[in-house]
Amino acid sequence: MINKIVPSVQEAVAGIKDGATVLVGGFGGAGQPMALIDALIAQGAKDLTIVNNNAGNAEIGLAALMKAGQVRKIICSFPRQADSYVFDELYRAGKLELELVPQGTLAERVRAGGAGIGGFYTRTGVGTMLAEGKAVRTIDGEDYLFEAPIKADVAFIKAKCGDRWGNLTYNKTARNFGPVHATAAGMTVAQVDEIVELGEIDPEAVVTPGIFVQRVVAVQS
Amino acid sequence: MERLTRDQIAQRLAQDIEEGAYVNLGIGLPTKVANYLPKEKEVFLHSENGVLGMGPAPEKGQEDWDLINAGKQPVTLLPGGSFFHHADSFAMMRGGHLDICVLGAFQVSRHGDLANWHTGEPDAIPAVGGAMDLAAGARAVYVMMELLTRDGKSKLVDQCTYPLTGLKCVSRIYTDYAVFQIEGDGVVRVVDDCSGAGQQELIRLTDLDLVF
Repeated sequence: MINKIVPSVQEAVAGIKDGATVLVGGFGGAGQPMALIDALIAQGAKDLTIVNNNAGNAEIGLAALMKAGQVRKIICSFPRQADSYVFDELYRAGKLELELVPQGTLAERVRAGGAGIGGFYTRTGVGTMLAEGKAVRTIDGEDYLFEAPIKADVAFIKAKCGDRWGNLTYNKTARNFGPVHATAAGMTVAQVDEIVELGEIDPEAVVTPGIFVQRVVAVQS
Repeated sequence: MERLTRDQIAQRLAQDIEEGAYVNLGIGLPTKVANYLPKEKEVFLHSENGVLGMGPAPEKGQEDWDLINAGKQPVTLLPGGSFFHHADSFAMMRGGHLDICVLGAFQVSRHGDLANWHTGEPDAIPAVGGAMDLAAGARAVYVMMELLTRDGKSKLVDQCTYPLTGLKCVSRIYTDYAVFQIEGDGVVRVVDDCSGAGQQELIRLTDLDLVF
């Protein structure tokens, strides 16, 4: 019997190595898998590259992981927030590398990574600072930038319901990067509000099919 | 002459949004536009974090932090609204499916170049979000801003000096003085002198050869 459900967040993050690239779902707090991040802080893997839309808030979640000194580099679109002071300080002190990526390019680079696509051309960013060092190609008279795929060792996502095969549904705008990140990692770990029986999720309503998910852990929200 | 307030700029812009339009309102000032869309018109509001058919802010106490907009403020969903993941959301933006996006700006050039994401100061922390995707992908990019900086310099300029968000992407600029249309080849037309500033004053303030 296939059972991807693990009994604890400690087991959900077991085996993550130093130097890993970790895709983390969430847009601000919505969809951020806080319990998995907390477990990763306890697990202690360091020298991590984190991919998320933001760079943490206050001293919880990603900000706590950065504060613990476990992050070497962050790939994101919008690090600056009213309460992103942990990131701000580390970045200004040169202790954290930042790769700034337009949000749609970030989502599409991860999508490409998950879909086995070796990059793509986009009009986003043409003629800007963020085009520096990127190949430009003219297609039908318009300039496009080449963007490389992003693949990761691990993805952490937050979903609403999950079953033992790893099928997932999400809650409202907490979906955001979750279904994209789930496709692009060697091991995808889903923190879910609720575990349901096989067949309880309407097959027409499955957002992330279980093929993309390796571990599911229930966390009371 | 009477300059428009920020709310009046939002109201003026809302008049130009047609029924059935798919619209993305950028964070900050542009979100005010939602308050002035006429109730009898159906307009689809899109937010980059995966929602279409966004409704007004919830009543106090009814906030759902899993239902937020791009500015990470709680919103509501209208009947008929939908949720989708980030790659789909940006396919809507980058694939030319949005009719209009409304953005704030530090500067717009007479060619329609937009600068709105980075001051370029050495200690500034850069944050781009979805601005470049919207600038490159929406069918029409409207800018909403005050015409002058605090020290009286025009933000509608010959050439942007701040780092660019997109090239030749802005079509209209709604300001407290007037509504400007970018017509190509560096031509800027005043389509509505809503403050009553007059031709000479608008030319003096912007230092551009405006067309009326």
